[in-house]
Amino acid sequence: MATFKGIDYFDIDSLLSEEERMVRDMVRAWVDDNLLPIIGEYYTERKFPKHLIPQMGELGMLGANLPEEYGCAGLNNVAYGLIMQELERGDSGIRSFASVQGALCMYPIYAFGSEEQKRKWLPPMARGEVIGCFGLTEPDYGSNPGGMITTARQDGDGWVLNGSKMWITNGSMADIAIIWAKTGDLDDPSSIRGFIVPTDTPGFEARDQKGKLSLLASDTSELSLQDVRVGPDALLPKSQGLKSALMCLTQARYGIAWGAVGAAMACFDEALSYAKERIMFGRPIAATQIQQVRLADMLTGITQGQLLALQLGRLKDQGRVRPQQVSLAKRANVNMACEVAREARRLLGANGILIEYHAMRHMANLESVYTYEGTHDIHSLILGQDLTGHAAY
Amino acid sequence: MKTVVCIKRVPDTEARIRILEDRNAIDTAGLKFIVSPYDEFAVEAALRLKESRGEGEVTVVTVGDPAAGEQLRSALAMGADRAVLVKGESSVDGLATARALAAELKDMGADLILFGMKAVDDDQQQVGPMVAELLGLPCVTVVTKFEVADGRVVCHREVEGGYEVVEAPLPAVLTITKGEYEPRYASLKGIMAAKKKPLEEKDAASVESRIGVQAMSYPSERPAGRIVGEGPDAVPELVRLLREEAKVL
Repeated sequence: MATFKGIDYFDIDSLLSEEERMVRDMVRAWVDDNLLPIIGEYYTERKFPKHLIPQMGELGMLGANLPEEYGCAGLNNVAYGLIMQELERGDSGIRSFASVQGALCMYPIYAFGSEEQKRKWLPPMARGEVIGCFGLTEPDYGSNPGGMITTARQDGDGWVLNGSKMWITNGSMADIAIIWAKTGDLDDPSSIRGFIVPTDTPGFEARDQKGKLSLLASDTSELSLQDVRVGPDALLPKSQGLKSALMCLTQARYGIAWGAVGAAMACFDEALSYAKERIMFGRPIAATQIQQVRLADMLTGITQGQLLALQLGRLKDQGRVRPQQVSLAKRANVNMACEVAREARRLLGANGILIEYHAMRHMANLESVYTYEGTHDIHSLILGQDLTGHAAY
Repeated sequence: MKTVVCIKRVPDTEARIRILEDRNAIDTAGLKFIVSPYDEFAVEAALRLKESRGEGEVTVVTVGDPAAGEQLRSALAMGADRAVLVKGESSVDGLATARALAAELKDMGADLILFGMKAVDDDQQQVGPMVAELLGLPCVTVVTKFEVADGRVVCHREVEGGYEVVEAPLPAVLTITKGEYEPRYASLKGIMAAKKKPLEEKDAASVESRIGVQAMSYPSERPAGRIVGEGPDAVPELVRLLREEAKVL
């Protein structure tokens, strides 16, 4: 399989360190060799390619920006972003798996967990031996997670959890779930705490979400917790209120801002080579103005997205990124990727609806990416509030 | 067990090569470089040997300009322990390169010196055997796999229509080809660790290069394909041409 050469119209590679390029090139080659040859089959069979998890773990792709002392690679955030970019160039479902494992499960254990919890869970999670899922969203509380009705009540020295969670990536294959629940009144979001719940605890159940038309190569599940009893060591001691859960989302959204660029690059690359080869009216369709406009628009969006993601990463590495900047980047780059994927699919004509090509798979996936981790609209309102001081949600 | 692997920085095999206007060198501006793929097999072989024995040290060495440090760091990221950059010109004269390497290698105390079977840029297949000659060591070329035991190395060599097994005392020089040693991906931890591993820069021994490139040119364009007919009727003619003209049947 030919290796992907990248899309780099503005020599953005020269803004990366040698180490960042090495990381990117390794994951790029891994995706070309191991993911792209099989993704179509797994997508149509609606299966997550589980056999790739040990490799991802061994190569260090899980929680790669967390410290080495917990078995992680200790990369900077730009290198981490480049991993997300390359994984999502393969498929949004694989990047979602890595985001959930790293940013939504390993990160809260790292940020809010006790030293004991970190030592117990992070190394096997980095190796991919323990899979995590993140339970925040509920059937009636998506964009408004503070309204959640899942509860955790103290019982002796442990806790009893009740409630249900929806749209949970990795839910059915997870070994542990990071469950967010209210420990106080239902109208008190500041009582929300995070819990590490082993999924084999009695009363915990995960059901595969049926009927998806997007992220087909991803495990999306509904969780139900009925009198799930956990010990005192399940509580993430430093988690405090909804803010802690939102901090995890900021980590994941950061990766998505990069991942979306990867999906767009895959679509553009496919569209460009198709346009050069596809002959219609006796000449390649690349020689028609309408396709050239499409390609120029795609390349422009990708280049803007690359620079946006890179500067976001540099700010994050300098410790001065604001969550609102992450919102802007997630919103802009996913929207751009949706446009690029749709235009690529159209350029491919009838072939564009086939699984042998990548554009429509990315296009369908990106509708989920547009919607999860803060919908496009919610990120508009986060920016609106930041600009005006008025909360409009 | 000390293993030294000699590697070379070469243009990416998938890169489009442009020749400079004075036609004696390629344009390296914006060109991506890699570790020559056969050298990667050799690095992989050295790492597996070390892992299977549970001890040893793998050193990677190259002769080239400082930019070749990038390829040494790639090998360190795969798992090599230390690297030596012999600063000098990467010459088209294999003997000049071999002399520069031999001067460095003679005091390194290596039990095994590995090369890729050839560098994929100039394909000369000279440097490995020449280094062996200069150091007075046995040399086994085109090795697909090898084992080390009791101060000897047993090598499987590719030969026409099969393979042969040969044995040599250590220290020895081997040149490795594609066989058992599919190179690993450099893990992210490996990439991070590579930064902390020693990379020594040394000046090359002064050696004269007696071969120079006079001219380079692009390969001639491939002739257009030919349609010999359509449907089953075309088969006899196609078979005739494959047999008589292309001589592949």
